[in-house]
Amino acid sequence: MPTFWLVALLLALSAAGYNGGRRRAIATAAGNVKDLHSLPSYYGYHVALAAFVPSIAALAVWLLAQPVFIETRVSGMIPAEAIPESSSIGLVMSDVRRVAEGLDLAVEQGLLTPREARNASAGAQDLRALMGEVGVALGSKVRPEALSAAQAYRNLSQNGRDAMTAVVALLAIGGFVFAYMRIHKDFRARNVVERAVLALLILAASLAILTTVGIVLSMLFETKNFFGLHSWTDFFFGSTWAPNFRGGSELSILPLLWGTLYISFIALLVAVPVGLFAAIYLSEYASGAVRAFAKPLLEILAGIPTIVYGLFALLTVGPALADLFGKGGLLGVEWMAGATSVLTAGLVMGIMLIPFVSSLSDDIINAVPQAMRDGSLGLGATKSETVRQVVMPAALPGIVGAVLLAASRAIGETMIVVMGAGAIAKFSANPLDSMTTITTRIVSQLTGDTDFASPETLVAFALGLTLFVLTLGLNVLALYIVRTYREQYE
Amino acid sequence: MNDMTLMDKTVDTQNIKIAARDVNVHYGDSHAIKDVNVEIEDKTVTAFIGPSGCGKSTFLRCLNRMNDTIGICRVKGDILLDGEDIYDRRVDPVQLRAKVGMVFQKPNPFPKSIYDNVAYGPRIHGLARNKAELDEIVEKSLRRAAIWDEVKDRLDAPGTGLSGGQQQRLCIARAVATEPEVLLMDEPCSALDPIATAQVEELIDELRSRYSVVIVTHSMQQAARVSQKTAFFHLGNLVEFGPTGQIFTNPEDSRTESYITGRIG
Repeated sequence: MPTFWLVALLLALSAAGYNGGRRRAIATAAGNVKDLHSLPSYYGYHVALAAFVPSIAALAVWLLAQPVFIETRVSGMIPAEAIPESSSIGLVMSDVRRVAEGLDLAVEQGLLTPREARNASAGAQDLRALMGEVGVALGSKVRPEALSAAQAYRNLSQNGRDAMTAVVALLAIGGFVFAYMRIHKDFRARNVVERAVLALLILAASLAILTTVGIVLSMLFETKNFFGLHSWTDFFFGSTWAPNFRGGSELSILPLLWGTLYISFIALLVAVPVGLFAAIYLSEYASGAVRAFAKPLLEILAGIPTIVYGLFALLTVGPALADLFGKGGLLGVEWMAGATSVLTAGLVMGIMLIPFVSSLSDDIINAVPQAMRDGSLGLGATKSETVRQVVMPAALPGIVGAVLLAASRAIGETMIVVMGAGAIAKFSANPLDSMTTITTRIVSQLTGDTDFASPETLVAFALGLTLFVLTLGLNVLALYIVRTYREQYE
Repeated sequence: MNDMTLMDKTVDTQNIKIAARDVNVHYGDSHAIKDVNVEIEDKTVTAFIGPSGCGKSTFLRCLNRMNDTIGICRVKGDILLDGEDIYDRRVDPVQLRAKVGMVFQKPNPFPKSIYDNVAYGPRIHGLARNKAELDEIVEKSLRRAAIWDEVKDRLDAPGTGLSGGQQQRLCIARAVATEPEVLLMDEPCSALDPIATAQVEELIDELRSRYSVVIVTHSMQQAARVSQKTAFFHLGNLVEFGPTGQIFTNPEDSRTESYITGRIG
């Protein structure tokens, strides 16, 4: 039975369970709903959940596990000598899967009877032509080992699917009957449903965490592969970034890290003072009307896609800086070669971060108790003295946290630096030089035709992991600081 | 506390420190203070009593223009400090608040060291020319607030680490450090336990020798214990104002009597 119909059947069964459970609950209370421990609908949910949840879980696990299981069984059947010199077990297995798929399609379209498909031998018919007819192109003639493996593959899959249908149906019906029989007017269905809700919430929370763990693990494995192909001393301590797809690349993270940190530093130099002053104005000085108008306006900046900021860097800020500092520019200096530079990307990224800093700082400044301000004003301090000497010190840990969060955004930012910073990896203190960052190099190493076996490609994972560790560290530090601060006033 | 009977309490001087004439306060549409006339004497403790929402705190906050920080608050009438109108346009509210200090309901030490809390006002107003003078002001203020012995060994410790009563006395020390002429106290003991309350009340009695003290309180006993003059507010009106002994033993207005005996409030 196709999975779709199986799921539809499960849904129908749970719907029936809901109705049945409700009815039976009312019946056990002899029609008097007040005698029931829980509302009738809880008994309904109880049956529906018992029918649906275990069976759908079994279905999901089966669907994930079956291909892995069959793959190992079938690949064990292929003798080592059947694998051609230039090929690998992986390639042979993909042939096997395609032949199996072709046989399925041929049966479906009536070109073969199921019996013929089971018994077909490599010699008897021109299978390759037959496969071609149903739209499965094969590179060479079907080998007898591959054909028998494909037939075994089909057999196992078919049996597996049948068994799955049976198990899932049994679980669903078993759950239904078990829950249905349990219903009694004193049965605490409400508590059972409450536990099911709890389980659902826990599942959602753990999914998010597990995904993160999965991402980190996959990066770790690829990074391990990379370090198997390329020396880690060059990666961490080398001085040159010169990837060469013909081999012999120098892949050092240091020039990229330098570019990343330099651009982030300039971005923070723009974003922190402007964002902080904006937050102070909005929270301490602005009237309600101004605040209601200006705060959302400032936060619109946060909603602009970074690619648009990138365009702004490329088309407006970069050329403007080049007009000032470039050849034949207004200042008559020749410090800037092109429109892309650390300063271009840094300025635009700084603008992007302003709402981030201001919005977080605004919340933190507002969390400083009014009693602090009253105390200071009551001693004859002016507003700015109060802000400088009482509000800011009280809010400082939170603001540091906000700045660190902004820094981790700056380090991970991609689009603006792709378009504004340039592509040359080098160490330079001149902010008008074109430089590159970790994120732009990840993009350039992985876009286009890539082969995931060369160090030039795999280096992207090592770069990504380093970036991840860096931003994770900053985030953890920021959250720690913000949290210790919050404990002070709550 | 001293156990003098209420009638025995005498007023040291008869100088008028603050005079309020026909003061009206509006919060948006609500009329919080109605035609209040009151004269607060120097070197005297004046208590404002009355049920919640009667306007006593609002009126207190008018005396150092703390209401200016509330956008919708409008004050009409004259409030004279030493004969000068504090709502005159030439008066800088910031300067005024240095002269008329305030202690709040909840202890609100700054998140700084004990020393820096007390030195805050003198630093802002440039009262000390050097570190030695500042040290002297801090010690004098802490002594005046009767907390010096408890904190003299840990002046660098954060002020927020003190107990509630100590924090409130620290706030009083902070207020007297700027050498104010009047000290306003808005329910200074409402967040304190009885022992800390007794300490603060004793302190208020001592402060009377140098300052004019105005205290808002919900506790009738406290008003009777610490003040020489008492003003009873009800629904934004100043109902009765007179010597504390008279207010508590022989009130003229029936509303005052009802409030003091617990029939309204």
